[in-house]
Amino acid sequence: MVEHVEKHSPLGGFAARLAAATRASGGAVRLAELPFLTQVNVRLDAKGPAADAVRLALGIPLPVAPNTMVRGGGLAALWLGPDEWLVVGPPGTASGLEARLRGAVGGTHAAVTDVSAQRTALLVAGPRSRDLLAHGTSLDLHPRSFGPGRCAQTLLARAQVVLAARDERRPGFWLLVRSSFAGYLAEWLLDAAVEYAEPPS
Amino acid sequence: MTAQPFRLPAGGRIRRDEPLSFRFDGIEYQGYRGDTLASALLAAGVRRTARSVKLGRPRGVFTAGSAEPNAIVQIEAPFPEPMLTATTVELYDGLVASGLPGQGRLADEPDPARYDAVHAHCDVLVVGGGPAGLAAAAAAARTGARVILADEQPEPGGSLLDTGELPDWVARTTAELAAAAETRVLSRTTVFGHYDDNHLLAVERRTNHLGAQAPSHLSRERIWRIRARRVVLATGAHERPIAFADNDRPGIMLAAAARAYLHRYAVVAGRRAVVFTTGDSAYDAALDLAAAGVDVAAVADARPRPGAAAERAARAGIEVLAGHAVIGTTGDRQLTGVTVRPLHDGEPTGPAAPIAADLLLVSGGWNPALHLFGQAGGQLRYDPGLGAFLPDGCRQAVRVAGAARGVGELPGCLADGAEAGRRAAQDEGFTAARPLPPPEASAAPEPGAPSVPLWVVPGQDNLDRAFVDLQRDVTVADLARASGAGLRSVEHLKRYTTAGTAHDQGKTSGVLTSGVAARLLGVDPAELGTTTFRPPYTPVAFAALAGRNRGVLHDPVRVTALHDRHLAHGARFENVGQWKRPWYYPRDGEDMAAAVARECRAAREGVAMMDAGTLGKIDVQGPDAGVFLDRLYTNMMSTLRVGMIRYGVMCRADGMVFDDGTVARLAEDRFLLTTTTGNAAAVLDWLEEWSQTEWPELRVHCTSVTDQWATVALVGPRSREVLAAIAPQLAVGAPDFPFMAWRDATVAGIPARVCRISFSGELAYEINVASWYATALWEALHTAGRPLGITPYGTETMHVLRAEKGYPIVGQDTDGTVTPQDLGMGWVVSKKKRDFVGKRSHSRADTSRPDRKQLVALLPPPDVLLPEGTQLIATDRLARPPVPMEGHVTSSYRSAALGRTFALALVRSGRRRIGERLYAPVGGELVPVTVADPVLYDPEGTRRDG
Amino acid sequence: MLLIPCPWCGPRDEAEFGYGGQAHVPYPQDPAALSDREWARYLFFRDNPKGPHAERWCHSAGCRRWFNAVRNTATNEVLAVYRVGEPRPVTG
Repeated sequence: MVEHVEKHSPLGGFAARLAAATRASGGAVRLAELPFLTQVNVRLDAKGPAADAVRLALGIPLPVAPNTMVRGGGLAALWLGPDEWLVVGPPGTASGLEARLRGAVGGTHAAVTDVSAQRTALLVAGPRSRDLLAHGTSLDLHPRSFGPGRCAQTLLARAQVVLAARDERRPGFWLLVRSSFAGYLAEWLLDAAVEYAEPPS
Repeated sequence: MTAQPFRLPAGGRIRRDEPLSFRFDGIEYQGYRGDTLASALLAAGVRRTARSVKLGRPRGVFTAGSAEPNAIVQIEAPFPEPMLTATTVELYDGLVASGLPGQGRLADEPDPARYDAVHAHCDVLVVGGGPAGLAAAAAAARTGARVILADEQPEPGGSLLDTGELPDWVARTTAELAAAAETRVLSRTTVFGHYDDNHLLAVERRTNHLGAQAPSHLSRERIWRIRARRVVLATGAHERPIAFADNDRPGIMLAAAARAYLHRYAVVAGRRAVVFTTGDSAYDAALDLAAAGVDVAAVADARPRPGAAAERAARAGIEVLAGHAVIGTTGDRQLTGVTVRPLHDGEPTGPAAPIAADLLLVSGGWNPALHLFGQAGGQLRYDPGLGAFLPDGCRQAVRVAGAARGVGELPGCLADGAEAGRRAAQDEGFTAARPLPPPEASAAPEPGAPSVPLWVVPGQDNLDRAFVDLQRDVTVADLARASGAGLRSVEHLKRYTTAGTAHDQGKTSGVLTSGVAARLLGVDPAELGTTTFRPPYTPVAFAALAGRNRGVLHDPVRVTALHDRHLAHGARFENVGQWKRPWYYPRDGEDMAAAVARECRAAREGVAMMDAGTLGKIDVQGPDAGVFLDRLYTNMMSTLRVGMIRYGVMCRADGMVFDDGTVARLAEDRFLLTTTTGNAAAVLDWLEEWSQTEWPELRVHCTSVTDQWATVALVGPRSREVLAAIAPQLAVGAPDFPFMAWRDATVAGIPARVCRISFSGELAYEINVASWYATALWEALHTAGRPLGITPYGTETMHVLRAEKGYPIVGQDTDGTVTPQDLGMGWVVSKKKRDFVGKRSHSRADTSRPDRKQLVALLPPPDVLLPEGTQLIATDRLARPPVPMEGHVTSSYRSAALGRTFALALVRSGRRRIGERLYAPVGGELVPVTVADPVLYDPEGTRRDG
Repeated sequence: MLLIPCPWCGPRDEAEFGYGGQAHVPYPQDPAALSDREWARYLFFRDNPKGPHAERWCHSAGCRRWFNAVRNTATNEVLAVYRVGEPRPVTG
């Protein structure tokens, strides 16, 4: 019944400009929104039975090491706090994922909250992506300290973000940002990306 | 005219194949790529660059770097920039500049250049690219540690480029650093601040030196925010002047500066030179200049027995006047002569002798550049032998190497730097397989003779022309006046005389001030110490500090998912914190008052809609959620039934209103809270603080869902018809869907939560959908409501509607000193609960006294709009100050429904004074106002509950 | 810009943190039982030492955890961090 209703992502209006910045950089940086990802916030006792139940239900554990991410089965579980995670999945799977998580935790004390529309995601990739983000985050993104599988909540420019290093060979990051801050952050990224534009020949 | 009479035919590091044209003080000159403005002016024979700030005395280039106190210039083109030092401005084609008497002009046009910042992290940061710094960076880089070398010059080398020593080693080491994988060399980069936890700020001048040719896509300047595990400060030393009469004429400069102009730029700063020194290093300058063809008339050495360096000079045919001092100079626009006189036991004896000269080189010793070290919290100690302050320990992980810690000889600096770099890396767990080899020794070091500090040349009358701080025109006489006035602290002397307060921050004058003051006070310089070193080391443009944070990026602009709709409706926006909220939606020809009146009428008489998406929303889950909320809200939340909503107020422990909003019970163990727009983050932090620190035993979790939900308020007597039209399955009648209930429903095909909440006093619904459906919902409401004239309204109308009902806004009608009782909301404060945060404070004597300010309405003459913030007095004429204040206006509007203006105000004992007349001073007149009950519209609430 | 070691996330820039004032000032068990004087002491009186000071911080822009830190107010050195509920460690 919802299918015929048009959805608007926070950065839908930025798609052309993000693509243009990617082209202008000659691939040095790649910027794109990854809209409508499913995101469910999970709060529970990491040492309690609910954590095990969630691992069985999702097929991946909720990581207990701070600032790490576990991926598998099309899902990613990001550590947000000692009792808080963000489970990210493909678009359109929120109700199913929320139900699986609620079923798993059962009667134990846990909070499961659909926050899919709370944040949108950006892909920031390319060989200069680390340099681009270094304009705005005090986090050390060097592979020695922020390699694949690492994630963090931090500040980028003046917005709070969740940053995750893609566990792929190519350098790149996912950036989750509150919907109301997304336009600001996109403007900021586009401005920062000007530096990496190939000079007109 | 393109003559460069003082340029040597060969040598220097300039690019003679790239001649550049520039203008200074209206005259066209030529220089070369690689010149500074100062070196090009000296090459052209320009001696006077500016007049001094206070006395208007002619001044010329005094140094060859960032310590420059004299040669202050204004860049006119390509973009106006004030207060730069000619000694650090790299020459470019088309540069237009003029000399400044200590004050410049800011551009009156926006700066078109880009500025940015980069955060960098490293194991070892080396500040300074001279011999010690290069060696330190190379030694650290060889270990594989992450190394940053920051140097203010266009290329590494530091003093080695000034002296022309070890060119091959500099080139080799620079190349090695460039090739090291984890090493970054930042040239043209001044580290200007050393803060806690080894956080250092540096400014990189990336394209300034390209003038109009600078690529526009690159930032012109960049702030580096460097977090270093270890820092090696190889910041070198500044040569120190000596105070004697008329020591400020154009043609007088520091000895090492003249040597730098020779080796870097192939410029001789004069034809006939006198050198005045208290140590060995000036002899190298004298010899180099002599070798370049300058007639070195004499070296006046204040030391009675100068030593090997002097013998070397004498062998080269230079007259050395041992035990002599310069006691005066002549020359109007520039130096023409120097007067020397013998000293005996520190006192002048014998006749004064004039020497003709157009260049006087001064060397009063060396001050280690410990500005950053001092900023980092480092301690200094005075070394009487060197007459200088040296580093003496720092709580941060900082090493000082080379001349910055008083090492005098080049081989010593190289070894010291290499050791500092190696050990800094080692402390972070990095060791080198191949340690850095020392550079081949150029010559066996000659035995040096100790320098003898000389602050003021003794026996002089003209101390009011013996300058200590050239940029501030502070003289020995000024310091004498200050010490005579009883000032004993160097910090007080600084503030009294302004010595060291100019934009050079006393690099040449600071230690000299301490030395001169110590002499005047008859104390040891160790006792006086130095003034406090504070960032920035050199001036930094505000544009660079602002970086990207200007224009639209100045502060985050938060928008709701409906922002495009508001633009399409022609909204005017208002900033509410970081949010852009629609303020009102003017139609053609409407001013704000007309638009707001129309929007109010629609809400009161028909149907209207507003974006309420900025309210904070917090999802609270857990078996103890009800108990938790009972402790934080003044009223009872645990008794709320699922499906219902309650208004609530939170207080701080001091009993003052902190926030308000609604609480909807979604399930037995789940609540959805709303907060005010501005307090969303603060309320979440507040909940977490109590949950985590005071009541960890309560099983409750809080999650922000502010951006998850878009909220549209559908308001007005006909709102029910609109909702019914697009939510056919929802029972919208009052019996099924009463006031303060919520229902999950499908609205316009979208899963929605509909809440019957009213902030206007009218029949109203707040419809919440996932924010990506906001546009669809808005369009559906607009379409469905069109036959009824549905009207979008903004924050101004919202304010009028709520104020007509006496609903306060936290942060507008409250200011952190207002209790719920002061707002007339005693009804929201539970008497049954044993405790809640703030309860105990409500019975304090101060919060329960009867003359507290209370929220009331004010009725001014119907057409007078009181400015918000207006004070209120009790009399119809102004009493003598201090005038007793009765309160102040917190909100003020024109009301279409009331047909008049009105205001809300906090008034002393306000509720007891309803009906009383007060007076509001507005624009020189006292406007009479009548105190009224704050609920002016529909006091029975029948419209809202219908 | 301090570098504050969050007990969970490790060292982060001060800008990510919120300051919560003096630590170990528990909310009174029964405020109603306190005299005005005792309540005022809880509300308004805090230590202001030159030297080590135990205080609350919240990693607001990170993991949102409140924790305690002992900071030397004269030098800004963070001498220790510890989780809520843990006793104040002995620092030099």
